[in-house]
Amino acid sequence: MRIPMNERLLYTLQIADNALILGHRLSEWCGHGPVLEQDIALTNIALDHLGQARSLYQYAAAQFNELPAEQKQPIFSSPALQQNINAGAEIDEDDLAYLRDGWDFKNVLLTEQPNKDWGYTVVRSFFYDTFNYFFYTELQKSSDETLAAIAEKSLKEVTYHMRWSSEWVIRLGDGTEESHKRIQEAVNDRWAFTGELFNMGQVDKAMLANNVGVDLNKIKPFWQESIEAVMNEATLSTPANNWMQEGGKEGRHTEYLGYLLAELQFMQRAYPNMEW
Amino acid sequence: MHNNITKEKVYEWLSTVTDPEVPVLTILDLGIVRNVEVKNTDNKTEAFITITPTYSGCPAMDVIGMGIRMALLSRGISKVNIDMQLSPAWTTDWMTEEGKIKLKEYGIAPPVRLANNPLGLFDTDNVPCPRCSSVHTEMVSQFGPTSCKSLYRCLDCKEPFEHFKCH
Repeated sequence: MRIPMNERLLYTLQIADNALILGHRLSEWCGHGPVLEQDIALTNIALDHLGQARSLYQYAAAQFNELPAEQKQPIFSSPALQQNINAGAEIDEDDLAYLRDGWDFKNVLLTEQPNKDWGYTVVRSFFYDTFNYFFYTELQKSSDETLAAIAEKSLKEVTYHMRWSSEWVIRLGDGTEESHKRIQEAVNDRWAFTGELFNMGQVDKAMLANNVGVDLNKIKPFWQESIEAVMNEATLSTPANNWMQEGGKEGRHTEYLGYLLAELQFMQRAYPNMEW
Repeated sequence: MHNNITKEKVYEWLSTVTDPEVPVLTILDLGIVRNVEVKNTDNKTEAFITITPTYSGCPAMDVIGMGIRMALLSRGISKVNIDMQLSPAWTTDWMTEEGKIKLKEYGIAPPVRLANNPLGLFDTDNVPCPRCSSVHTEMVSQFGPTSCKSLYRCLDCKEPFEHFKCH
């Protein structure tokens, strides 16, 4: 069965955008880590995410360039990117990362939440890394060879990420009274962003039907079990709240993404086509 | 002029391309060269090199790509095509034994086990000190100055050292 090409492209962007936005958030810690070794750890992890984002954006750009002209128009509405597209140019990974506005980004809301402090940062990674581990494990089986290959490669790195963030949740949760209180607060605050990780949007459903994408409902119980085990050891409680934030995959983002992109994209927007 | 350059010759030339971070290791030691094809036509030779990246974000891969081009173009190859192959994913199991010996002599502990024999989620590798060979060592951080290395310290000779992670 023929898969609408733009849906595969959108699926790739969902994954790529998660990697870029979270990678960028982690890179904001560079030079500000609580101790040198953790500064290095986080920037290493950020680099892994950025590397994965690059592979995925390269694939997304290749897919976009192959689309027939009339299919290219409706995908993005960011003026800076549309300018390049209308000029007939092929796009590349940098165009996708630097010339899209917030409404064209497909990352989940969890990834764009601010760093705040070490506890909040570790909790965001903990929730996301655990998801990522099970997500890539499944994506390795994709009928799309490129996505499967990227998943296989990334899974090795993500295993280290999950381990790092889990260890920190335990250390802070089962730590001092102060660290326990603060990380429990972070868990409570960010819990509402975990539901979106498992939302099967239109694009997810289409890709699953074609054996390209992951069944998020299938991996959710593994995520829950894993999260609970670590939180138990950390003496932390799981919030009772069931209401979940969503909208990232459809381009409806929290106000934080705008500021994040202003920093990330500034140089390219101010000095178009500049290179290092 | 340079006609009938063989695959073997190209492999020899590739062995002069080193990892920019760990210059004792060649890209052949690292096991990232997957395939070499050579096409001789008239007086020109075109090379097709397939490599597999180590870590997703490894910045050395771009430098290695440049190194491959320079090594081959300067020796008479007229065109160098470099192809990235993502699957099967690169693993430290592809590092040569010679590479591991060079690493230890350089002061970096080589990968201590086969990657396809993974650790439990919270287990740590017990890595011998590359300087004094003591196994009385401890991990400082799972992450180091480059994506591929973790930080250890030796509790006997007191020196810190890096471990090339089993990946």
